[in-house]
Amino acid sequence: MTKETRQLYRSAEGDFHKSSKTPSRFRLFCASFFPPFVFGSLVIAGWYLISYGILDESRRFLLQPPHKVLTNGFLDWGGRDGLAGMLESLWSSTKVAGIGLFFAILIGFLLAVIMSQAVAVEKALFPYLVTLQAIPILAVVPLIMFWWGSGQTSRVVVCILISLFPIIVNTLFGLQSAEKDMHALFTLHSASRLTRLRKLMLPAALPAIFAGLRISAGLSVIGAIVGDFFFGKGEVGLGQLIKRFSSELQGEELLTAVILSSALGVAVFLLFTWIQNKAIGKWSERADLIS
Amino acid sequence: MPDISSLSLTFDEVGMTFPDGTEALRDVSFSVAPSEFISVVGPSGCGKSTLLNIASGLLKPSSGSVEVADISLGYIFQDPTLLPWRTVKRNVELLCELHQIPKEDRRERAQEAINLVGLSGFENHFPKALSGGMKMRTSLARTLTLHPEMFLFDEPFGSLDEITREKLNDETQILFQKEGFASLFITHSISEAVFLSTKVYVMSERPGTIVAAFDVPFDYPRVPNQRFDPSFTKICREVSNALRGVRHD
Repeated sequence: MTKETRQLYRSAEGDFHKSSKTPSRFRLFCASFFPPFVFGSLVIAGWYLISYGILDESRRFLLQPPHKVLTNGFLDWGGRDGLAGMLESLWSSTKVAGIGLFFAILIGFLLAVIMSQAVAVEKALFPYLVTLQAIPILAVVPLIMFWWGSGQTSRVVVCILISLFPIIVNTLFGLQSAEKDMHALFTLHSASRLTRLRKLMLPAALPAIFAGLRISAGLSVIGAIVGDFFFGKGEVGLGQLIKRFSSELQGEELLTAVILSSALGVAVFLLFTWIQNKAIGKWSERADLIS
Repeated sequence: MPDISSLSLTFDEVGMTFPDGTEALRDVSFSVAPSEFISVVGPSGCGKSTLLNIASGLLKPSSGSVEVADISLGYIFQDPTLLPWRTVKRNVELLCELHQIPKEDRRERAQEAINLVGLSGFENHFPKALSGGMKMRTSLARTLTLHPEMFLFDEPFGSLDEITREKLNDETQILFQKEGFASLFITHSISEAVFLSTKVYVMSERPGTIVAAFDVPFDYPRVPNQRFDPSFTKICREVSNALRGVRHD
């Protein structure tokens, strides 16, 4: 069977099931819950296998077993390396990511709108934006340190630098995505530049803007942690924690901090997905939106 | 030749050559009088759409002249060109918004146009929930809100299935009779052109020019079965022959 006929066969089968009996909500829930549950269990089993089967006791700190991460990391509240302190760092990094993302959205959005209105500006700026995007953040860390010191401001700057590009590119792409005939319609009825922007280009850009926002939201979390890793003055963020735990060989706490960081990234991503579905889910023709 | 000032649209030896050297139109001359329904049929790529772009002022011809009377034009695009983020009602209101017509009046006009194209009940649907035919009706309704004195149609029903297309043809000529607008209708369907029009022009391959003209003498409203009338099929055959460049003596 070729791939297509197999797919045809499968979809026909699916239709048959649908028409014969609508699956209950419970079954639908199980169908979407089971595969990730099974995979997650396998990962944890593999984790145990490495911790106890492959690493001997003297080297077990390299990968502590899951339950020790749970007890020493998540369930250990107070103390120098307790969860309370880690949550404080998580909050600090969340603030940095939030502020960085806010400025990235502001700058990115304004730049994209200006670039969409004047081709000359777009042509002038675009190569430099690509260059900016291509500079490894590590290479500019010393410069940022010179200019803004090693406190909160520098962390926010790293955040902005990392999350700016997708917002500009996606917003610009979105603003340019309205079809030629739509523009012709607005031209025929002599719409002003502002009307065209407000009633045609901006709404047409929304799906792309949200695509950019979701990417940048995740990047801003990475930026906050990377920035925190290098600029340690003031509040202790997740980056500083990760640095300390790794130098002190505290495997459980290190893994806890890593899990917290990725949880923050996932939370931010989900938040923006939710906003997106609220904003454009009703009319967007894209199938992957959950309305 | 009728008095030029009474005509809605006049093309006088219009030629169009694009900057890349493509000659789309050559020596195109014709006119559209008020309450005349003119169709232009031609092979694909013969410059039919260019003709409309020039008539609407979106393009300037490279030679010849175009006279458009001081009337309002309605342009129906090949695609419905609906704004996906607006409901049917809000889409229909768009042109009134662009012309700063007050809200109350705008709503009234939109509802009237929606009823006219048979979309009542779908006011609050988004375009993604509409069929191709319904999208085109919405597009028609949007233009009708401004009560244009002349319609420019750019193969509007080309992408619809034949059943929907014939239905929309029936309704278009009823609208034409009711509203009394002049029309310039571009199509590549011979029977559509003959069914709708008072006059059919045949265009040649690129560079497009008008090679034949046929009067269609049937009264409006035309009934669907008109399409099987021998006098109707005779005109279709003549148009078809002209399209293929067959001489008939």
